[in-house]
Amino acid sequence: MKALVWHGTTDIRCDSVPDPTIEDGRDAIIKVTSCAICGSDLHLYDHFMPGMKSGDIMGHETMGEVVEVGRDNKALKVGDRIVVPFTIICGECDQCRRGNFSVCERTNRNKALGDTAFGHTTAGLFGYTHLTGGYPGGQAEYLRVPFADATHIKVPKGIPDEKLLFLSDIFPTGWQGAVQCDIQPEDTVAIWGCGPVGQMAIRSAILLGAKRVIAIDRVPERLSMAEAGGAETINFDEESNVVGRLNDMTGGKGPEKCIDAVGLEAHATGSLDAVYDRAKQAMMLETDRPHVLRQMIMACRPAGVLSVPGVYGGLLDKIPFGALMNKGLTVRTGQTHVNRWSDDLLRRIEEDQIDPSFVITHTVGLEDGPEMYRTFRDKQDGCIKVVIRP
Amino acid sequence: MSRAPSPPSGLTAAAPPAPRGATGRGAHSGHERLARGLGWFSIGLGLAELLAPRALCRTLGMEGREALVQAYGAREVATGVAILMSHDPTPWIWGRVAGDALDLATLATGFEGDNPKSAHLALAAAAVAGVTVMDVVCVQGLTADKRPARPGAFDYRSRSGFPRPAGAMRGAAAGFAVPADFRIPGPLRPWRNGRPVPDAPA
Repeated sequence: MKALVWHGTTDIRCDSVPDPTIEDGRDAIIKVTSCAICGSDLHLYDHFMPGMKSGDIMGHETMGEVVEVGRDNKALKVGDRIVVPFTIICGECDQCRRGNFSVCERTNRNKALGDTAFGHTTAGLFGYTHLTGGYPGGQAEYLRVPFADATHIKVPKGIPDEKLLFLSDIFPTGWQGAVQCDIQPEDTVAIWGCGPVGQMAIRSAILLGAKRVIAIDRVPERLSMAEAGGAETINFDEESNVVGRLNDMTGGKGPEKCIDAVGLEAHATGSLDAVYDRAKQAMMLETDRPHVLRQMIMACRPAGVLSVPGVYGGLLDKIPFGALMNKGLTVRTGQTHVNRWSDDLLRRIEEDQIDPSFVITHTVGLEDGPEMYRTFRDKQDGCIKVVIRP
Repeated sequence: MSRAPSPPSGLTAAAPPAPRGATGRGAHSGHERLARGLGWFSIGLGLAELLAPRALCRTLGMEGREALVQAYGAREVATGVAILMSHDPTPWIWGRVAGDALDLATLATGFEGDNPKSAHLALAAAAVAGVTVMDVVCVQGLTADKRPARPGAFDYRSRSGFPRPAGAMRGAAAGFAVPADFRIPGPLRPWRNGRPVPDAPA
């Protein structure tokens, strides 16, 4: 089969690889009908996340049709249409039973690596480094879904892939980012980053009843999409003092809730700490660039909440923890517990409360995937979300 | 390649305008490949300068400059490694352009007096000038690749994802019960009008 394969920094190729096979009774194989490139895939493309090996198949936003089922899998049958959550879950461990699916205790087959890197293992992820299991990803013609009797979202036929595909990651990730804020009717929610997760977080915050949503980015087309979703915007290329601007917009008080939909590769202009991060990262003295985290801590209203769906991978420097502590901020983070939200979000799609396909700007075949990684990374051609149809 | 500006959502007000401006590029753009080539060239030239400074100086009729040539060699190797290792080679290619200028200025000093190897020197200067042109083309290309679209080139103002204007959708999911473990704990919830607000049931 054809698949997008990681070979090294900024080197992803469309290769021929062996077809997946059933390896465990709970498995299923799907024929991929649609998959997508996620912003967090760019951390692998740029090789800021450790733990990739040449030959790894990329992709963790995938849906398709079940074509083979393991003998112990009683939940799926051939012909079922499923969206595959990016977190692989057993559905049985203590964390899964609590709904904390992204920290499933059993699906990371490289548990020792996860324990070393994070203190305790987290869930296995598709196509996302050997720290999280080294599972082949879904930017391919076929995908083996481990623990498939739990790791799936059954979806009805008759709804286009484009409306459903993002149940795999960005829609529940944006939703959880907003839910973590415990939004109150009087809240102003500031959202850093208007990429796909930021766009979903904006819509989620609006749906959950935020009084105001303020979105921060510098890419004009992303800002215009944020405005379409009901956000006021700050272009940080034009307004370098984001914290000051947020204070101006909120009567000097700051937003009650802040969401980081950027993560470890923050780009900033005219900012001393961003230059510092670049230099330290180049010298391998820091893995992540936490510009947004610093800004959120300083901007958030005291006793507010910081929600961090943006992905971080390692060690961060110069975090103003004194401000965080003295302001009494609550921080909520985590990979998304996709299956915790998927039934509710599927219902909202079916009831036409929201159509997540608004975010798609490019649809290509697998062979064009490598080029689209670059286009997406460089924010060229108005690119916000790439869907691949193998 | 088929690029669809957006699937018909059925919910957004209208299909967004879809001016497609960018040219197709491979996984590595031509300029990025050129940068990598220049990186390897830099390492090769640098090693030659580091390992054979005497032969180089003799060929160019610039005896006595061996230490300087070795220093330039170290610079070339460092720049080449940086180009190959960096996520964005643009600043390092600019560094090469500056280095080219330094090389040309140094070579120019060799024409002073009666240098019997001035023909070799002219050839070397021409070669450096040629590489300088490639460096400039490369750095301009890399810069152009990263240039963002002009404001308004991609207008996504119609892409709300909502069936009604965003303002009308505010609070449409307000009935969603935030799970207890995602809520601000009751004793920490903000008060309203100076009084504690009862925690909502899970």
